[in-house]
Amino acid sequence: MEAASIRPSLKAHGRARRRLLTNRAAELVAIVAAFGAVAVLAIVVINVIQRAVPALNIDLFTQVQATYGEPGGGISNAIVGSLVMVALATAVAVPVGVLIAIYVSEFAHEQVRRYVRLALDVLNGVPSIVIGIFAYGLLVTGSGQAAWKASFALGVIMLPIVSRTTIEILGLVPNALREASVALGVAKWRTVLFVILPTVRGGILTGSTLAVARAAGETAPLLFTTSIFLNAVVTDPRQAMDSLPFTIFVYSESADATQNKQAWAAAFILMAFVLVTSLSARFLLSRSERKLRGR
Amino acid sequence: MEASSVHAPEGALDSRRRRDRYGDIALKWITALAAAGSVALIGLIIYKVVDGARSAMSAFGVSFIWHRTWDAVANHFGALDFIFGTLYTTVWAVLIGGPIAIAIGLYLSELAPRGVRGVIGSLVEMLAAIPSVVLGLWGILVLGPIVHDQFGPWLNSAFGWTPFFSSLPSSGSAVFTAILVLTIMLIPITASISRDLFAQVPADIKEGAYGLGLTRWEMMRGVLLPYTRGGLVSAVLLGGGRAVGEAIAVTQVIGITTHGLSLNVFNTGDTLASRIASQYQGAVSFLQISSLFYLGVILLVMSLITNFTAQIIVRRYAIERGH
Repeated sequence: MEAASIRPSLKAHGRARRRLLTNRAAELVAIVAAFGAVAVLAIVVINVIQRAVPALNIDLFTQVQATYGEPGGGISNAIVGSLVMVALATAVAVPVGVLIAIYVSEFAHEQVRRYVRLALDVLNGVPSIVIGIFAYGLLVTGSGQAAWKASFALGVIMLPIVSRTTIEILGLVPNALREASVALGVAKWRTVLFVILPTVRGGILTGSTLAVARAAGETAPLLFTTSIFLNAVVTDPRQAMDSLPFTIFVYSESADATQNKQAWAAAFILMAFVLVTSLSARFLLSRSERKLRGR
Repeated sequence: MEASSVHAPEGALDSRRRRDRYGDIALKWITALAAAGSVALIGLIIYKVVDGARSAMSAFGVSFIWHRTWDAVANHFGALDFIFGTLYTTVWAVLIGGPIAIAIGLYLSELAPRGVRGVIGSLVEMLAAIPSVVLGLWGILVLGPIVHDQFGPWLNSAFGWTPFFSSLPSSGSAVFTAILVLTIMLIPITASISRDLFAQVPADIKEGAYGLGLTRWEMMRGVLLPYTRGGLVSAVLLGGGRAVGEAIAVTQVIGITTHGLSLNVFNTGDTLASRIASQYQGAVSFLQISSLFYLGVILLVMSLITNFTAQIIVRRYAIERGH
C-alpha cells in the first residue's frame, strides 16, 4: 500500500501524451491507407465477379460475336486471338530476354552492364500507347494490320520484364558455383548454359509469367495493329485478330446492354487469367529465391 | 590443363578445346547482340515515332505544342489541351496517391504484424496486376455513377468556391474519375518501392532513434523519411510516369472532350495518351495521323524525362541490391 502511493504514474501527461496521440494518429492513417488499398482491390474484383457471373455461359466460349443489338453470341474469337498473340510474343520475348540477362550478368563489364540495365528500365517506362504507334509506324503503315504485328508490340513490352527478373535471379547464384565449374576446367559457355541456367529456371519462369500477365492485359498496342478483323475465329497470325482487352475496351462504351454484359464476362476471364498468372509468378519467385539463398 | 594433356588423346582434346573456344565466343557475341538489340530498340522506337510525326512537324513546327485547336475538318492540330490534361491529371494523382502510397510503405515495413505483412504487401501489388482496361471498365460503369451521384454533389457543395469543383459533373465521365483511376494505378507502384526503401534503412539507426525514446511516428519522420528522401522522390516519379503514359483506362473514363485549360475536375477532359488511343479508327487524313505521332513524341519525351530523372536519383542515392 505504502509502495503503491509513491510509485510514479505510468499515464502520460502533457507533452508525452501529445506525442503518444500523434503517434497513434499517424499509425492509424498508415493502417487505413493499407487496408483502403486492399479494399479497393476487393471491391473491383467483387464487382467484376458480380456482374460477370450472370453473363457467363457456354456460348461465350464457343460462339463468335452476335450482330450489334442482337442477344447471344460469344467471345470465342477474342479468347483465341489473345491466346495466339500472347503465345507468339512469349515465344520471341522470353529467349531474347534471357540472352540479354545472360550478357548483363555473365559477360558485360560493369560500365556496359549499367547502360544495358538503364536501357531496360527506360524501355520498361515507355508508355504502351507509344509502343503501339511505334509498331504501327514500323510495320502497319502501307501493309495493313496483322496479329503478328501486335505480338511484336507485346513482345517489346515483355522483354524488359523477362530480362530484369532474370538478371535479379542470376545475381543470386552464388559465385562459388561459377568458380567450381571453372576450376573443373569447364568452358564458360558450358558453365553458363549447363550449370548456371538450370539453377535459375524458376526465376526465368517467374519473369516469363509476369510478362505474360502484363501482355495479356495490354490494350494500347493492339489498337493500331489489330483492331479491324473478321468476326470469326482466326488462328493465322498474318491476319488481324480480336482479343479480350480490345473486346472489353469497345464493349465498355457500347450502348448495347448485351455487349456491356459480355464486357464484364470478358473482364472476368481476363482478370482471372492475369491474377492467377501473377499469383503463380509470385509463388515461383519466392520458391526459387528460397532455393538459391538457402544453398 | 597442361597436366591433363599428357593423359588425354591429343586430337580429342584439341577439338574439344577448339569447340569451347568457339562456344565461348559464340555465346558472348549472341548475348551481346541481344543486349545491343535492346539498346537499339529504344533508338528505333524514338526514330520511328519522330519519323511518323515528320509531316505534322513541318506543317505546324514547334507551335504545335502551344496551339489549342484539334480540328479534323480544317486539318489544323495542336497539343496544348492534351499536354495540360496529362500534366493536370498526373499532378492530382500524385498528390492524392503519393502520400497514401508512402503511408502504405510505412505500414508494410514498420507497423504490420509479421504474419500479415506478406499477405497485405502482395494484395497491394496485385492492384497493379489488374489490367488497365478492366479498371477502365469498372471506372466507367461503377465508379462513374458514384462520381456523378455522390462525389460530385458533395465536393461541389463543400468546395464549390474553388476553381476545382465549380460545377456538377454532367456524367460519370470526368477528369475527376480519371484522376481516381490513375491514383489506384499509381499507389501499388509507389507503395512497393517505398516499402523496399524503408526496409533498407540500417536497423542500428532505427534502434538508435528508439533508444532515444522516440515514438514510432517520430522515428519514421525523423529517420526513415529523411534517410530515404531521394528514393521516395523517384518512387513517386515512377508512379507518376505510369499516370502520364496510361492511355486505355483514361480513354474510357475521361470523356475525350477538352474544356481547354479548365481546372474544374468535373468537366470532361483529354490527355496525350487518351487522345492517341481514342483516334485509332477516327484518324482519316495523313496529317491527322502524323499529328497523333507528334502527340506520341511529346508523350515519349515526357515519360523519358520522368523515368530518367527517377533512375538518376535512384542511382545517386544508390542502394545497391544483391549485385
